[in-house]
Amino acid sequence: MSEAHSVHGPVAHQFDDLEQQREADELGMWTFLCTEVLFFGGVFLAYTLYRLRDEAGFADASSTMNLWLGGINTAVLLCSSLTVALAVHAGETSRRAMLVVCLLLTMVLGAGFLGIKFYEYYEKFEEHHMPLFGLPFIYHGKASPATAEMFFDLYFVMTGIHAIHMIIGMGIFTVLLVKALRGGLLGDYSTPVHIAGLYWHFVDIVWVFLFPFLYLIGARH
Amino acid sequence: MSETADHGHDSSHHAPPHPSVLGLVANFFALMLLLAATIAIAEIDLGRGNFIASTGIAAAKMTLIMLFFMNLRYSKPLTRLVACAGFFWLAIMFGLSFSDYITRGWLAAGGG
Repeated sequence: MSEAHSVHGPVAHQFDDLEQQREADELGMWTFLCTEVLFFGGVFLAYTLYRLRDEAGFADASSTMNLWLGGINTAVLLCSSLTVALAVHAGETSRRAMLVVCLLLTMVLGAGFLGIKFYEYYEKFEEHHMPLFGLPFIYHGKASPATAEMFFDLYFVMTGIHAIHMIIGMGIFTVLLVKALRGGLLGDYSTPVHIAGLYWHFVDIVWVFLFPFLYLIGARH
Repeated sequence: MSETADHGHDSSHHAPPHPSVLGLVANFFALMLLLAATIAIAEIDLGRGNFIASTGIAAAKMTLIMLFFMNLRYSKPLTRLVACAGFFWLAIMFGLSFSDYITRGWLAAGGG
């Protein structure tokens, strides 16, 4: 009874029943995710076109990436997708303790991902591979400096907008955590966890493609 | 108003179908195996094959996440259709862009 609309039950008055409401919520989120596919699709398209122009140059620039940190971050994000899926399950089966723990773990893993990501940005700053804010860009590899600079431009734009999505996701999960701690989001009220989960999994999928495209295209020694 | 509230009360019995905890954990381990595979394959020089393998594995991971974590396996056909619409639009964007960029060289060759 902690939530304002719970006076009228879990179903808002414009819906016939819970199932219809859940379907409408789900459909709305998927429609939003379609626009997100095109939003990220634009930078993936730019990446593909520039990579086709100079494939060897992109491979060389990619070989300077820290594969360990990228790989660990992929694993961290996949773990967080599991904890989100478990949180959805806990909400639907009305297990409050499990829901709170899974939401907390998701936020910890999300923060871990962002921490590693920002450490990688710092590494790039140190190596002068950060063509942002008028910083000097110095590249000693085989690729032409122009190609390398384009690769790192794309790297920062793609991982940057991905990181912003992660930060927004952390905000959403903070709200959900507060609601869960107050005893909400269980059983018939669990749809918000599912909807937020769809968003988080989408952000995970974007990273699943960013990882091979940015870290794995160059030969390593 | 009271009618809709009544509908809501007995609805806990038809909670949406969902994979079991074991299924979710199995899906997670499959994703981790694919991650290990994509890193291992990147160490071998396959030329064009590297791109095909890494993109194929990423697509496989995406499919697993969408089917089981995002629950599309158990969703209504309409939801699945909307989920796939994003790819359809993406294909239009890539298709029309490439029909420009990739064919630019052809024109130059034909015109002499």
